[in-house]
Amino acid sequence: MTTEYQAVFAEFEPIIGLETHIELGTNSKMFCSCSAQFGGDPNTHVCPVCLGLPGSMPVVNRVAVESTIRMGLALNCSIAQWCRFARKNYFYPDMPKNYQISQYDEPLCSDGYLDVTVPTENGPQVFRVEIERVHMEEDTGKLLHAGGAGRIHGATHSLVDYNRAGIPLIEVVTKPILGTGELAPEIAKAYVSELRDLMRALGVSDVRMEEGSLRCDVNVSLNRQGEGWGTRTETKNVNSLRSVERAVRTEMVRQAEQLRLGELIILETRHFNEETGDTTSGRSKEEAEDYRYFPEPDLVPVAPSESWIEKLRGTLPEIPSVRRARLQNNWGISEFDMQSLVNAGALELIIASIDAGVQPSAARKWWTGELTRVANERDCELEELTVTPADIAQIEGLIFEGVLTDKMARSVFEGLLDGEGNVAEVIDSRGLVVVKDDDLLVEAINQALSESPDIAEKIKSGKVAAAGAIVGAVMKSTKGQADAAKVRTLLLEQLGVKE
Amino acid sequence: MSDLTRQSAATLASAIARREVSSEEVTRAHFDRIAQVDERVHAFLHVDPESSIARAREVDQQLAKGELLSPLAGVPIAFKDLLATKGVPTTCGSRILEGWRPPYNATIVDKLNAAGVVSLGKTNMDEFAMGSSTEHSGYGPTHNPWDLERIPGGSGGGSAAAVASFESPMAIGTDTGGSIRQPAALTGTVGVKPTYGGVSRYGIVALASSLDQAGPCARDVMDTALLHAVIGGHDPRDSTSINEPVPDVVAAALKADVRGMKIGVIKELKGEGFQAGVLERFNQSIEILTDLGAEVIEVSCPHFEYALGAYYLILPSEASSNLARFDGMRFGIREDDGKDRSVEEVMSATREKGFGAEVKRRIMLGTYALSSGYYDAYYGQAQRIRTLITRDFAYAFSRVDVLVSPTAPTTAFKIGEKLDNPLAMYLNDIATIPVNLAGNCAMSLPIGRAPEDGLPVGLQIIAPPMADHLLYQVGSALESALADRWGGLLISEAPTL
Repeated sequence: MTTEYQAVFAEFEPIIGLETHIELGTNSKMFCSCSAQFGGDPNTHVCPVCLGLPGSMPVVNRVAVESTIRMGLALNCSIAQWCRFARKNYFYPDMPKNYQISQYDEPLCSDGYLDVTVPTENGPQVFRVEIERVHMEEDTGKLLHAGGAGRIHGATHSLVDYNRAGIPLIEVVTKPILGTGELAPEIAKAYVSELRDLMRALGVSDVRMEEGSLRCDVNVSLNRQGEGWGTRTETKNVNSLRSVERAVRTEMVRQAEQLRLGELIILETRHFNEETGDTTSGRSKEEAEDYRYFPEPDLVPVAPSESWIEKLRGTLPEIPSVRRARLQNNWGISEFDMQSLVNAGALELIIASIDAGVQPSAARKWWTGELTRVANERDCELEELTVTPADIAQIEGLIFEGVLTDKMARSVFEGLLDGEGNVAEVIDSRGLVVVKDDDLLVEAINQALSESPDIAEKIKSGKVAAAGAIVGAVMKSTKGQADAAKVRTLLLEQLGVKE
Repeated sequence: MSDLTRQSAATLASAIARREVSSEEVTRAHFDRIAQVDERVHAFLHVDPESSIARAREVDQQLAKGELLSPLAGVPIAFKDLLATKGVPTTCGSRILEGWRPPYNATIVDKLNAAGVVSLGKTNMDEFAMGSSTEHSGYGPTHNPWDLERIPGGSGGGSAAAVASFESPMAIGTDTGGSIRQPAALTGTVGVKPTYGGVSRYGIVALASSLDQAGPCARDVMDTALLHAVIGGHDPRDSTSINEPVPDVVAAALKADVRGMKIGVIKELKGEGFQAGVLERFNQSIEILTDLGAEVIEVSCPHFEYALGAYYLILPSEASSNLARFDGMRFGIREDDGKDRSVEEVMSATREKGFGAEVKRRIMLGTYALSSGYYDAYYGQAQRIRTLITRDFAYAFSRVDVLVSPTAPTTAFKIGEKLDNPLAMYLNDIATIPVNLAGNCAMSLPIGRAPEDGLPVGLQIIAPPMADHLLYQVGSALESALADRWGGLLISEAPTL
């Protein structure tokens, strides 16, 4: 932590709040039967409804409502007996109707909480984040700016892909999170991570962050100790766990600097720059649009029955925090180890690797060791690496069969990480095959012995520890493609020495 | 069969079914009539005789093979131009949608196609159904067949005039505050606004979603009933449509009996502001209903006086949002001079050019009413009035089976007469608006001509939600009593043009 960051707390207390939009993994869109699959050729998953053609009308996707209710239940929310959709009116080219169907003052789920665990110097600490509401809405289309640098500024024209328009979104809004102190950025990150895991566990979304299916708006304000709440800013569209943490941190530092200079914080939206980690001013809320919300007259209210809600409650899976406790116990690791593995974003990857056949200890070793180091070096998430749980299963299998040595396995990972192809291709292009031919190894051993007759004598005289030097020489001459243990056995056999 | 265009839809359908005449012949006869009079009436915005006649031929073939059993098979129809018709221009009477050909059909268009009903074309209307005279069409006004100097009512003036001028035996209209009933009254035809949710709205370009309802227009009650039966019913694509069987409107029209029924006259809708001749005809009809065996009592709906005010907050609010999509980006015209304009500038210029004055007026009213800080005072308050009006109706219907009033306060006025006075124009719908606010159903039935100007007068029958059959039962009883007096339908007295 920078001293700049720590200096914030000499004078200020942060209050944060998070609004998270996540695409639901339904088959069809929120208000029509078009495919909700990511991608596809532009404007192929469209119909009169999601194109907002005159006369078309929305019909609510029942599965999306179910997903939202299940999410609400998992977040300990109360579920509305009766609620309506609302229209949020504003003009933008990615909005087919120039209004978005959302929920306003009647959310489907409200008043819940989510417990998150953050690491501290005194060990992991549980923090309760209170949830204001969970509601449903539709996504907008996607703008592609052409003829410039891909940004609206300098573009000659823009194209709109409406495949995304109408994809169901769930919005989870926290209450203001108070009392975080220096842990604010970590709590923000842990909250989004926990939310993501929860959605995955519920099976309501696979939350592909790299495809932008989770977007976070980060609210931050500072208040001088003992004074009322400060003015907040809202940093929009923060799209990864790390960015959430960075956005909170940089915004706290920026606001503290402003306030120390006696300047006011303006109620505004800000943009997060993924490259620099800075936030820059967007539009101020004063000049922001008036969305003229009103109840959507094209839809009937959503009124889930008590029995339906209870039925959905019965479908809730083991929630991630309970599951983690169970796994921690199964694997026999400490809470600290479990927490660092979660913080590294490795848990799901480890589980997936185990599911693919890797031993739990090996799965943990690879993901929390070598791969985490590389991810840190590259400033990216573990899941963004070009190594998959299936790759690990394959490599572990090859080690077990004696095709690869541990050292060669590292080289395979290196190749995978550098995008040299799949496991087989990397092994092939790097020539990574264990020399299994005993005659070849014996020849190399004899060569090494003849180059170091003194060491040969030492070994013969019973100083078995000296064998290491010869093994090393053999490994060198075979370019690491021999199994060291095997070389040692052969060497001792050759010299007629017993351990 | 003598002049095919003078026949009712029911008569044509049975003649076609008996193979006495073909759908093609009937369709051709109507296009001949359109060619003869529409230059003066201007009921239609779009016709495509060739494809309509081809469609009629298809229907004839299906009928020959015994594939179509629908009671309206082969009969032509006209669609108000805010119904989406696949591949066929759909303008909503607005310049902003010029050139748009929807890639899909409204549900009721599909239903009518499946029933073998043949579309003649699209009818004129006030732009986006905003108006009571069809003068607010972006394509020029429609003329009332009874007097070409006068308006035919609105917004569905085109549909009503097409029926009244014998250019089409029936038509589809939409009614947000009276747009089917008031034109029916002013043109001596029958128009029905079904219960809200009784007919699918899918594919009908929305004016005010919570008020809009499509319904039948024809020259007699039975024809509207036949049409209502085809277009009614639940549509999975419109979740506001009611998932219950359509009341048996055809049986009710056949029943034509008011004996023992209680009919309520709405006290607040027969005094000030109503033309003397309109009231005279209305009172005469009340006497006939009494003679026919109904018990007529007076009921009060005290909150109706706030209906117009509430309506002109709710309608513009919803319309301001519904019309936001007309921005020149994806359909209709685009006003872009190619001079490096921002998207906002193009949207703004398109809307400035494409929308007429009345549309702009209502968009501004609605935008204001929904604004933060004003919402409760305007939109919120209007919704409370709406609840009170619904209660007025509920109380009234606890005492009577149906309610009646004049449909419109006056007969057809002169083109241009009220164009500069929006408030006077809005007052045309004073009797029809409460029905939309409460979601009830209502019919306008011709009850004679006002003595002072000889123009048609309409009587409105109102029934509770999903009691649409009562409209037809009362309407056909009164219709046949009046026809006995006149020796035929009122419409037969209309000028031949």
